[in-house]
Amino acid sequence: MDDVDRRIINQLQGDFPISERPFLDAATRLDTTESELITRLRCMLDDGLLSRFGPLFHAERMGGALSLCAMQVPEKRFGHVARLVNSFPEVAHNYQREHAFNMWFVLATETAEQLHKVSRQIEIVTGIEVLSLPKENEFYVGVNLQV
Amino acid sequence: MSESICKSEPDIKELDRRLVLATQSGLPLHARPYHWLATQLGVGPETVMQRLRAMCQDGRIRRIGVLPNHYRLGYVANGMAVWDIDDTEVMRAGALVGGMASVSHCYRRPRHPPDWPYNLFAMVHGHSRGEVLGEIRRITELLGAQGRAHDVLFSTRILKKTGLRIEG
Repeated sequence: MDDVDRRIINQLQGDFPISERPFLDAATRLDTTESELITRLRCMLDDGLLSRFGPLFHAERMGGALSLCAMQVPEKRFGHVARLVNSFPEVAHNYQREHAFNMWFVLATETAEQLHKVSRQIEIVTGIEVLSLPKENEFYVGVNLQV
Repeated sequence: MSESICKSEPDIKELDRRLVLATQSGLPLHARPYHWLATQLGVGPETVMQRLRAMCQDGRIRRIGVLPNHYRLGYVANGMAVWDIDDTEVMRAGALVGGMASVSHCYRRPRHPPDWPYNLFAMVHGHSRGEVLGEIRRITELLGAQGRAHDVLFSTRILKKTGLRIEG
């Protein structure tokens, strides 16, 4: 990673132009060329330095419903419960965390009612209470990262 | 370039849906990416650009750009920091925490007492656990008396990660 890569990462987390030649417009701002910018982006995507490049959508405003859910899973049942929870297609991601609440997952459904229904189903198949924590306010979904 | 962009409401809804499907894994790395999308979708490039601008304006698109992979860039530690902040102070506290460079997401969520007393959540990234803990300590000091209690939850394993996708 050199200075050009760093500038791309630091300055192109938003505001990518919507224009006929957007890479050309962005390259001018980044003091590079259109073809160089395209090549760098492709390399950084291939290397995994970038997870993606493009529009970042706002799930709720697209008409979907999301909630962060937490469970207190007994250690000896953890693997089994993880498989049960992950088998729901509505579970977008799931993390093990060091805490009494040791399983944290995001549910994504089309409506708020479905959200409630799926979390109830997870409680039934696992026998463990699901704490549902849908966001009430959003303060930042970052473009802060600097390298 | 002149082309008709007068479409009926259902047409626009359907076009927007197809545009989301076509771009949710990313923008094509072509010199004219919106023209390329327009060809794929069978509409004019001005229509594609106009719909993307509309979605940026109404907030369905948060932004267009690169999404860095924190982990691959050396930010290998991340902790979910949580605070219990008085309801009258939480909006101000959220704006403060959300503005920190080490924070990638910051939300207010409901408490579930007595098990879960926290209402402000932030994902804090760093090069090590020590750095993350130091950063959370610094943020907690900035919050001062507003933060009645706090905790940090480090992730130990990714159990599933499919991301959010709409179905075709």
